[in-house]
Amino acid sequence: MTCIEARGLRKTYGTTLALDGIDLRVEEGRILGLIGPNGAGKTTALNAILGLTPYQGELRVLGRDPWNQRDQLMCDVCYIADVAVLPRWMQVSQALDYLGGVHPRFDRAKAEGFLAKTTIRRSSKVRELSKGMVTQLHLALIMAIDAKLLVLDEPTLGLDLLYRKQFYDSLLNDYFDRSRTVLVTTHQVEEIQNVLTDLMFIDRGHIMLSCSMEEFESRYVEVAAPPDQVAAARAFRPIHERQVLGRSILLFDGVDRQQLATLGDARTPSIADVFVAVIGNQPGSAQGAAR
Amino acid sequence: MNTQANPVPEPSQEQGVAPATIPATQIFRWSLRRELWENRFIYMAPLAVAGAVLVAFSVSSILGIGEALLRLVPSRHRMPYDMAAGVMMLTSILVSVFYCLDALYSERRDRSILFWKSLPVSDVTIVLSKAAIPLIVVPLLTFAITVAMQWIMLLVSSAVLLASGQSVAMLWRSLPLASMWLLLLYHLATAHAIWPFPIYCWLLLVSGWARRATFLWAALPLVVIAGVEGIMFRTSHFAELIGRRFIGDAPVMKMAPGSMGLDPLTTQVTVDRFLTSPGLWIGFAMAAAFLAAAVRLRRYQGPI
Repeated sequence: MTCIEARGLRKTYGTTLALDGIDLRVEEGRILGLIGPNGAGKTTALNAILGLTPYQGELRVLGRDPWNQRDQLMCDVCYIADVAVLPRWMQVSQALDYLGGVHPRFDRAKAEGFLAKTTIRRSSKVRELSKGMVTQLHLALIMAIDAKLLVLDEPTLGLDLLYRKQFYDSLLNDYFDRSRTVLVTTHQVEEIQNVLTDLMFIDRGHIMLSCSMEEFESRYVEVAAPPDQVAAARAFRPIHERQVLGRSILLFDGVDRQQLATLGDARTPSIADVFVAVIGNQPGSAQGAAR
Repeated sequence: MNTQANPVPEPSQEQGVAPATIPATQIFRWSLRRELWENRFIYMAPLAVAGAVLVAFSVSSILGIGEALLRLVPSRHRMPYDMAAGVMMLTSILVSVFYCLDALYSERRDRSILFWKSLPVSDVTIVLSKAAIPLIVVPLLTFAITVAMQWIMLLVSSAVLLASGQSVAMLWRSLPLASMWLLLLYHLATAHAIWPFPIYCWLLLVSGWARRATFLWAALPLVVIAGVEGIMFRTSHFAELIGRRFIGDAPVMKMAPGSMGLDPLTTQVTVDRFLTSPGLWIGFAMAAAFLAAAVRLRRYQGPI
């Protein structure tokens, strides 16, 4: 089943083009990473999917029109935004009560179970919790909702290393199963490389790359070439080249891995390296600045 | 933190079962409760004022201030009770005004609107639950707290009288409690809830629109219209109209100037007069228009 389907999705703010007619198709059970520089249109795309902003073009999320059916859609969609958006005056117990009162798919016992693993007290107000604890609370609330689509917009921004790791571990171990779909944007691409099933690069309102992680791994090869092999390696037309500790690291798109292995250590590059090569090579982008 | 580690859990069992939909009335009730959680001043402010009134009344009774006057004119027994009710009404106006000016503004300012919008609660439910605070919750709370306060006042007076060896019979006879409270309820419902409702809806609309200084943007158009009218026509109809709406000068009040409409001897419950006044229905139409605009606005609004 298709979870998200967009055709010619377009959004402008005044004269600024945030989304320039993108096509998008996310199947059920995928974990899609939406990666892009600041101002690329990631949040605009998410807002359109969540029914938070009007748009031009065609968009269906779980078969619904998000802008006109936001409240029904939110029975099946969960959302964690880039900053803590839980109201600061709210008590933990009030959040549980309210969600239990208005959300048909909220399982209070499950949320209590997740909270029991943390140090968060029921009587605490959100304003009294640390940033990491607020995220834990929000995650506990969200994971107790039996939703079909989970949208995460920079969910680990500002969290320390331990909380970040914990966040994705909880998500994968306690929440994700093959019937749910997750859409995540982040700048911390390293920590989600092994989590994703699909990858999408977006820049200035355009989709620059869209592939599954299997495709990604077979398509992109990174070779650490010793100086005497660099000229030979360059003959295969690398899409990006950088120097690390006196060795040249060359990134290839769609070149046979066996052939490249003769030139040096060949391995699958990180998403971050491919991101720099694909987005950073565009005219007008700050090439190199991303690293 | 994760005690068990099973990388790919089974799809949950409830998957195939369609969840029971939650009735709209239940969502509305929880949304109302949510407003009271966030804005505790809705009940704290009237409780605090009632407490202050009780302290003042007790001190005055125990010290016997104005007792000579009371003994001369038994009908004056009611005066402190009416004054106390009037103070509670002014409090309710203040509470409603400041609640409405903040209602759709604070959720945008603290970004929690993103959380509320991630729940299956429609913009209509949210706006209506916020409009229900000045229309229903504040008047009912004011009524309940006023009745409790007047009851305690009566007990204090009786205790003081008994302690000084006097009879309480005259005091109790001079206070028609049942009709007093019935009239209070009617007065609150008509003059302080329904009649000024369009004003509160206007304040709600502005609170959903303004990016800052909600009070300024709510008051400015009224000041401008009144000013333009004054300069062009040398009249002040608009200002008077707003003023009468604001303090709850409903047609039901016309019979009892200056008595806050609480005196059963001079005021009667004039339901037909209230219901047939065109101002009531014009007010409803304006309130509906403001609320519809507020709902539409909330759909577009995000954090500021």
